[in-house]
Amino acid sequence: MKQNELARHGIVLPGQRPIAWREYAMLLAGLLLAAGPHALRAPWWLILFTLFLYAWRGLAVSNRSLLPSRWLLVAIVALGMAGIWLQYRAIFGRTPGLMLLVLFSGLKMLETRHQRDAAAVVFLTWFLAITSFLYTQSIPTAIGMCAAVAASVAALVSCAAPRRAPRANLRTAWMLLGQAVPAALVLFLLFPRVQGPLWGLPQDAFTGVTGLSDSMAPGNLSQLTLSDAIAFRVDFHGEAPRRRALYWRGPVLWDFDGRTWRLGNPRLADLEPRAGGTRVEYSVLMEPHNRNWLFALEMPASLPPQARYLDDGQIISLAQVRSRISYEIASTIESEPNPSETFLALERARRLPPGFNPRARSLAESWRAASAGDTEVLARAIEYFRGARLQYTTEPALLGRDSVDEFLYDTREGFCEHFSSAFVFLMRAAGIPARVVTGYQGGDMNPVDGKFTVRQSDAHAWSEVFIIGRGWIRVDPTVLSVPLRLDAGLARALPAGNAMPLLMRPELEWLRGLRYNWEALAHQWNLLVLGYNPDRQRELLSLLGVRGADWLELTSALMAVLGAFVLGLFAWMLHGMVRPDPVQKSWDQFCRKLGERGVTRSPNEGPRDYSERAARSLPSAKDSIQRIAALYMGLRYGRSAAETEVVELRRRVKELEFG
Amino acid sequence: MLGHRRVYIVPSRLGFFFGGTLTILLIGSINYALSLGFALTFLLAGMGIAAMVQTTRNLARLSVRAGRSDAVFAGDAARFRLAMANAGDFDRPEILVRHLGSGAQQSVDVAASDSAEAVLPVPAQRRGWLPLGRVMLETRFPVGLFRAWSYVEPDCRCLVYPRPVASALPPPAPNAQAGGARAHAQGSDDFSGLRAYQPADSPRHVAWKSVARIDTQHARSDDMLTKQFAGDAIVELWLSLSDLPASLGLEQRLSRLAGWVLAAERAGALYGLRLPGIQLDPGRGEAHRAACLETLALYKPA
Repeated sequence: MKQNELARHGIVLPGQRPIAWREYAMLLAGLLLAAGPHALRAPWWLILFTLFLYAWRGLAVSNRSLLPSRWLLVAIVALGMAGIWLQYRAIFGRTPGLMLLVLFSGLKMLETRHQRDAAAVVFLTWFLAITSFLYTQSIPTAIGMCAAVAASVAALVSCAAPRRAPRANLRTAWMLLGQAVPAALVLFLLFPRVQGPLWGLPQDAFTGVTGLSDSMAPGNLSQLTLSDAIAFRVDFHGEAPRRRALYWRGPVLWDFDGRTWRLGNPRLADLEPRAGGTRVEYSVLMEPHNRNWLFALEMPASLPPQARYLDDGQIISLAQVRSRISYEIASTIESEPNPSETFLALERARRLPPGFNPRARSLAESWRAASAGDTEVLARAIEYFRGARLQYTTEPALLGRDSVDEFLYDTREGFCEHFSSAFVFLMRAAGIPARVVTGYQGGDMNPVDGKFTVRQSDAHAWSEVFIIGRGWIRVDPTVLSVPLRLDAGLARALPAGNAMPLLMRPELEWLRGLRYNWEALAHQWNLLVLGYNPDRQRELLSLLGVRGADWLELTSALMAVLGAFVLGLFAWMLHGMVRPDPVQKSWDQFCRKLGERGVTRSPNEGPRDYSERAARSLPSAKDSIQRIAALYMGLRYGRSAAETEVVELRRRVKELEFG
Repeated sequence: MLGHRRVYIVPSRLGFFFGGTLTILLIGSINYALSLGFALTFLLAGMGIAAMVQTTRNLARLSVRAGRSDAVFAGDAARFRLAMANAGDFDRPEILVRHLGSGAQQSVDVAASDSAEAVLPVPAQRRGWLPLGRVMLETRFPVGLFRAWSYVEPDCRCLVYPRPVASALPPPAPNAQAGGARAHAQGSDDFSGLRAYQPADSPRHVAWKSVARIDTQHARSDDMLTKQFAGDAIVELWLSLSDLPASLGLEQRLSRLAGWVLAAERAGALYGLRLPGIQLDPGRGEAHRAACLETLALYKPA
């Protein structure tokens, strides 16, 4: 039948009913939950515009004439897209694309007339939900997106059965999602994982991640240390080393142009064995920072498979760290340095741009003149930093052209980058090869799970000098001046009133306790859920006894498990149906027994007529038959159903005989 | 009663869109290595699987029993009643019951351990028994991603009387046997029978009692009857196929007879029916009327 013909008969198919309040509310809830996190990134006008479109649809629920015409919709699309173009000068790309999706959610909502169209809004909700994972995959986001999916599924159910009680529809939605969870778990674990990306990602795909950079200028490290963000978490296998030994080595900076330190030209090298020291083994779960380098305690002794060693002691990953990765690594701490170094490298480590920092230069030259060798110069420098009364601060004064001079003689306050920069400059000016090492120092142990957390606020810079016959030796000029930095961390080393991350403030101890718990949970989440990748999948399968499974085997295993799951669901489905009703069972038996004696119940015969007929044709069992019929009718149609009557019915049917 | 049936299921159009959406979500998750993207995609996929089972469940083992369907005249719609009994401990909403022959359909909800009735108005074209034929049960509950359907052919038929055609009643024929058998109180009454009203008839002679019984919705001017008066006492109407010209054709003559039966019953007269090989003695009342119409409906010429 044609639709209009159906309408004439007063028949409205489920999908063609207009959206009612409850469907609108559920669709809106799903959209708000899924698109909500994007409000942090969206321009204010887009937020207002989208909310306006949502609200417009809401008004149109009770007054359908408010729904916009097609032309008006086209105009709104054009307006929104023009706005996004003006904002970003682009329509494609991650952020503008996303904003377009947010805008479309409002338009699609406005365009939704019938319940049938609501599915489009639901699908859009899911797209919005998945895009918010591009920015964060934290537990709260996951919970929010689960809620969005629940609301959208509830909307789908409501549209599919609008006559049904809302409560029953909600129950159905929960049941669907509840049944989906085991299947989702199986798919999550066994679906053959491929390492992305499948194609080039947009240029701006990984902006906004924090971490060390490949250069160091006065001020940029101290900016980083204001961030509470986690750089990586460490799980020591065995006892954790003392805090003062926790130097997490990162990029090594060789080249100085008077203001900024930059990476040198390191080459891939084999890992050099080190004498002495203690070996520690640990695993690192690193947050993405969009760079190649990995962090390890000085100095690394064994490498994870995806890492390479550079001849200045850095470890790099073959691919940029764009998702959370974990690796196993070992280091020997406080080991003897390696005494050999190439001539070119030493040459590079002595180079200074001419014409900068004359006062520091003359200081270094005075040390050189008064000393017999490099070791003595170094000793004088160390003595100088110990006694110079330089202040440690996260809010250093801005420095001019001769940054080292101004730090040492004028402002006399700085952050680790100032200390290490000045120290390396002085060493080079005295003719001793030196370089700046950036990385993290310290980290704090989470008492909840015993793991170390290293934050961006632990970012640090120190120095290395090359002493002939011994090799590269670490000198931490910050610690020489401010010994507290090493043992107590940033918070206690800073004078009061300095800016520091909120949670590093000592007076907020209770808040930190809370955070420890949260972070321990988040760590497990990162490790188990977010860190589940092709490697982990292989590990899990080998735990299950499957080694070297290819995707074909994996797929067949997955299909087998899913098949079993579907069978389980069908079993559940049948279980709900063949609940044997004792009363009906007895009655059926009764009818069968009478049928054997030739009194077959015709389908439209009620129990009363049937039993009367049976009593007439089988007079010997008349009383029994009448009693059974009375019991049956009482149980079936009467007010009360006593257990004793059920028992009596069963007994009487069983004992029924026809003489 | 039908219990176990085959339930077919395929994704609906929406279901195919759903599949496409999941594919895009999956590719996005792989490309951006989004663990939670995978989780979301797989949760939705699991929801799809669960929905498939629930859609099947909505029809599985739903028993369909044919109910009584009252006889209708050809040209009207036979209202077939189907009782859907749900032995499950869950409700089965949004079951579309569709008659394949006519396209008549109704959407019913069957509560848990309960039954619901669907009424399918099927146009009755010809007199005789009208079997219901195949009925399709269809559902898309709970999310509309799948369409499950099943066929039932309940043993269910409806009696269709010939389409009544109004015409002047035949003149009453005196019948001594019947007349003698019946006491006739008003000997002075010279009522002899009824014929269709003609504009020239005196209003005093209109059978107003029968007019009052006319269904006003379907009133036609020839529903009105005029009393005929004759000098003789008791007469009965004999409605006979042979009174009608053979040139009309059998169906048309049966239709006229049906029209006579209605008219005679409406007038409160005694009437009998004569068909070749069949005779129904004069009588009146609902049961007699139904018997006459049924005879007409099922009449097969030898």
